[in-house]
Amino acid sequence: MRSVTLRKANNLLMTALMVAATLSVLVPLAFIFVHIIKMGLSSISLDFFTQIPKPTGETGGGMANGIVGSAVMIAMASLLGLPIGIFGAIYLAEYGGSRISSVIRFAADVLSGIPSIITGMVAYTLLVVPMKGFSALAGSVALAMIMIPIVLRTTEEQLKMVPGSLREASLALGVPLWRTSLKVTLRSAMTGVMTGILLAIARVAGETAPLLFTALGNQFWSRKLTEPMAAMPLQIFSFAISPYEDWHRLAWAGALVLVTVMFSLSLAARYFGRSRQKG
Amino acid sequence: MYTKVKLENLNVHFGSNHAVRDVSIDFPENSVTAIIGPSGCGKSTVLRSINRMHDLAPAARVTGKILLDDSDIYDKGVDPVSIRRRVGMVFQKPNPFPAMSIYDNVIAGYKLNGRVNRAEADEIVESSLKRVALWDEVKDRLKSNAMELSGGQQQRLCIARTIAVKPEVILMDEPASALDPLSTLKIEELIEELKEKYTIIIVTHNMQQAARVSDITAFFYLGELIECGETRKIFTTPDQKQTEDYITGRFG
Repeated sequence: MRSVTLRKANNLLMTALMVAATLSVLVPLAFIFVHIIKMGLSSISLDFFTQIPKPTGETGGGMANGIVGSAVMIAMASLLGLPIGIFGAIYLAEYGGSRISSVIRFAADVLSGIPSIITGMVAYTLLVVPMKGFSALAGSVALAMIMIPIVLRTTEEQLKMVPGSLREASLALGVPLWRTSLKVTLRSAMTGVMTGILLAIARVAGETAPLLFTALGNQFWSRKLTEPMAAMPLQIFSFAISPYEDWHRLAWAGALVLVTVMFSLSLAARYFGRSRQKG
Repeated sequence: MYTKVKLENLNVHFGSNHAVRDVSIDFPENSVTAIIGPSGCGKSTVLRSINRMHDLAPAARVTGKILLDDSDIYDKGVDPVSIRRRVGMVFQKPNPFPAMSIYDNVIAGYKLNGRVNRAEADEIVESSLKRVALWDEVKDRLKSNAMELSGGQQQRLCIARTIAVKPEVILMDEPASALDPLSTLKIEELIEELKEKYTIIIVTHNMQQAARVSDITAFFYLGELIECGETRKIFTTPDQKQTEDYITGRFG
């Protein structure tokens, strides 16, 4: 009888501990969300999406150039990074000899663990210095370098989950391995691959450090990819540390938009992941 | 009878495992040859070496000769893809492409290779499905997903997909072992009809099935070919004691 009481008490204690642990994760998240929404909603307006920042001293203005800049650089980074990541994954999953594959896998894991500011420095050395100027191009390359290992590893995992019988069915019809990889294996894994791509985009959408000395940021519209370009996280950063009340408000609005975008991307990734499980 | 496929001293190793030992055997054209034997005797391994499926397993090593119309398919410079276009394969578990319609599955051999002419495709789909006696069952829903079909229908669809690319030889790896008796019967009838046009090599666990569908039977044990001959003779008066023990159910 006593042991039962003891066991129940023990159970209660453990449950309480786990609930506490869960809450300690959720509470800061909820706090951040609530605070950003509260501060963001009171600052956001249509101008935020259509205007570029006003000179200091004038009120109003928005982050239109940052929104477009982020979109452009993410698009270019995807253009560079997704093919490399996806084709690399096909090589690892379908072709690679065990020796080279393990080297590539290790390299990708190390690359994804590198602090993003270092990635920015690499892009600075490779592009900004020789081109003698900060540019959207350098920013995109830095973002692509962050995307590649994420896309590579998630895609590889997804490709490996495709049953071998499908590959064999295609090969036995006289379809070459490269066509089989693209049209059968990759297509079968597409929903899972999409999840990885969306997560990679969500990750780089919020990156600030690698853009600091590549894209640099811009108070105005950029006309060329070889010019410095504004980006949302950069603008949030520089506005938030500025001494002007009006710029603080823009930073809050920017934070709200950025968090909303990333939240939607994560939701979309989950949706893809779920529709895959249903088959 | 013309020998379509000829194995000469075939050996297959997987790493240190010597799976197929010095097998020589002739497969005549327009006939069904059944390969029987207990699990792990190397019968599927022999089958898969005839369309070079082992090329994808880095650990597999194939030596000896496999002659298809008198030329060795393992010669240097022979493209395995061109061999697989001539030697089709039907697998143990029906494996239609899950993301494709019935129509697209039949035409997959062309579509995946990037060349389809609409009118031609329609004709190939219809004639292939008729050939496997599936046309009447699916003609009204060619665009629906192939996974909606029953297991037996899926397997006939896979056979239709295989003959759509006009192979010369069809390899079948226990094609009915995952099916119910009625579907099995349909597949067996189909094999009977297909041999008029193709050379068929079938691996089976089911000895009654081998007796029903095949003209020639080859018995394998522990990677070696023990005996090969006319099916009737193998099942009534085999030369080897081991063959007799196996077909009478004393082991395996």
